[in-house]
Amino acid sequence: MSLLELQGVTLKFGGLTAVNNLTLKVEEGEVFALVGPNGAGKSTVFNLISRFYTPVSGTIRFDGKDLLKLASHEVPSLGIARTFQNIELFHQATVLQNLLVGRHRHRQASLIPQLLHLPSVRSEERAHRVAVEEVIDFLDLQPYRDKLIAGLPYGVRKVVELGRALASQPRLLLVDEPASGLSVEETQNMRWWLDDIRRQMGITVLMVEHDMGLVGKVSDRVMALADGAQLALGTPAEVQSHPKVIEAYLGTGAISKTANAAGERV
Amino acid sequence: MRFHFKTSYDQDINLFIDARKAVSYGLLVAAAFALPFVIDDFYLGEATNVLIWAIAGLGLMLLTGQTGQASLGHSAFMALGCYATVLMIEAGVPFLLALPLAGIITGVVGALIAIPALKLHGVYLAIATLALAILADDIIVLLGPWTGGVNGKIAPDIVIFGQALNRWSNPVEWYYVVLVVTIIVTLFYRNLLRAPMGRAFAAVRDSEISAQAMGVDVARTKTIAFGLSCAITGVGGAFMGMFAGAFNNETFNFLLSIQLLMMIVVGGLGFIHGAFLGAVVIAFLPQLLSIVSDTIGGGVAIPGLEAAVFGGILILFLLFEPMGLYGRWLKIKVFLELFPFARKDMFKRQKSYLKTERLR
Ligand SMILES: Nc1ncnc2c1ncn2[C@@H]1O[C@H](COP(=O)(O)OP(=O)(O)O)[C@@H](O)[C@H]1O
Ligand SMILES: [Mg+2]
Repeated sequence: MSLLELQGVTLKFGGLTAVNNLTLKVEEGEVFALVGPNGAGKSTVFNLISRFYTPVSGTIRFDGKDLLKLASHEVPSLGIARTFQNIELFHQATVLQNLLVGRHRHRQASLIPQLLHLPSVRSEERAHRVAVEEVIDFLDLQPYRDKLIAGLPYGVRKVVELGRALASQPRLLLVDEPASGLSVEETQNMRWWLDDIRRQMGITVLMVEHDMGLVGKVSDRVMALADGAQLALGTPAEVQSHPKVIEAYLGTGAISKTANAAGERV
Repeated sequence: MRFHFKTSYDQDINLFIDARKAVSYGLLVAAAFALPFVIDDFYLGEATNVLIWAIAGLGLMLLTGQTGQASLGHSAFMALGCYATVLMIEAGVPFLLALPLAGIITGVVGALIAIPALKLHGVYLAIATLALAILADDIIVLLGPWTGGVNGKIAPDIVIFGQALNRWSNPVEWYYVVLVVTIIVTLFYRNLLRAPMGRAFAAVRDSEISAQAMGVDVARTKTIAFGLSCAITGVGGAFMGMFAGAFNNETFNFLLSIQLLMMIVVGGLGFIHGAFLGAVVIAFLPQLLSIVSDTIGGGVAIPGLEAAVFGGILILFLLFEPMGLYGRWLKIKVFLELFPFARKDMFKRQKSYLKTERLR
């Protein structure tokens, strides 16, 4: 049994079929990348897993459990965390507070003890902070710890969002275009982090990414999507050299530049 | 500029970030307790009034400033808190029990109303809650046999441990009662902010989408925020009615909701300090206006002047200082601390991303 299984999933927005009878299996411990041109339906797949949308047909299972039975706020409790393509942080809160929201699924105290700040609440808060502080150290976010998101540069926000997802200590991490808009150096960091997330933390990663260089370096398997359906599936090298993929990318110029980068490794 | 060197996680969890802060707030509370020895009964009454507004304002602040939900219906919950307290006292419930009970009742009713109401967003929520405020007026009249209708009710004395405290003859004791409740409410508020619930409020305010993705039940969180907000405002309403000596449906007119909203916007949305600063403004503005109209208008009362000025101030703040007086103070503080190195664009807001594209 795979950790995450989408089986024959279809989603329509009015007349547009954004995801078309898609079957996708992510194994525990791997880094799985979704690639494809803009509008291929990659983010929509994430939003389906997050239960923002309900498919017209198909099943979505995580660790054998039927995700379609859950509301979106119940999904994280299974151990699924995510980032957003267009960064969705709590912008009037500090970095620390944002990361602490990531701990939400581990909270225990009910309302009255919180109002009274009972000792149990305090010790729970300490535990949350220890967990968050580890993430801050891991992602080198110390300088921004007490800063409001509203004043942070784009690249840092991107890292904070990754941190918020990590703070929830997920089994499966969904990252939507982690490197988009990042500088070369920031992309390099992102690559190391993704490697460590899988190797050291043992977290399974499902990633959407345009930068084929990054995809080639960090992912075990890649699925190319077009018009909501699978185009190709395999190792990064296999997918990149797949004729259908080359055809789909033709004219975008993306593949020629990035294929080399990935080719170096394999 | 001072730097806070943090030596343990507890510093973030504590009420005050360092000893200096703790001392200054300690002094503030001490000054508040010493106030009756310094000022006369008239000004003490004004101070009591400020605190009552602050309590009611903290209630709305929790909803609007912390959770991002507007309400123009809070006058209805002030009324509910007031009638519930007074009716319970008349039925023989001791004040010290009646007041928190009234808060709980108001909170539960508020939460029940919130379940359908909070499906609405932004201006629609504001309109729906405004309708509630207008409706409350009629309901009070319709329930005449209990509420006294338009004739209203005479507020009973506060009785604490057999000691009757009359609003007119015991201003000092009254002030202390209100002060203690203010401190308790402020502590509850602060405790919430440093706990998961307070962070869930902020999450819902800033991005419902990612709040959900982090496991926050948005509908439930909003409902709890609304309930807590109503409970606190209800307690404020109870004091307001009883402090007036007598009250009827007019006391809790829907304009009160608008004043309350103006107060927290002017004070500074999302800050506890904002509720207090706003309360000072709202408590003294009528006096200021009457002085002005006495000197300029020759004492002729201009109908609607107060409401117009309140509305005007609200609009000006929304346009020019959305962070309110407290936000302005924070900026001045930073400016002074950095002088002469402050930059002009330091407080410019960053452009946010197009909301319609959020999920793609
Ligand atoms: N909420 C929505 N309403 C209508 N159409 C949408 C919505 N979200 C995505 N789409 C459409 O679905 C298709 C797939 O979008 P998306 O999953 O965002 O693509 P991408 O692969 O670039 O992430 C696009 O044509 C997009 O315009
Ligand atoms: Mg996308």
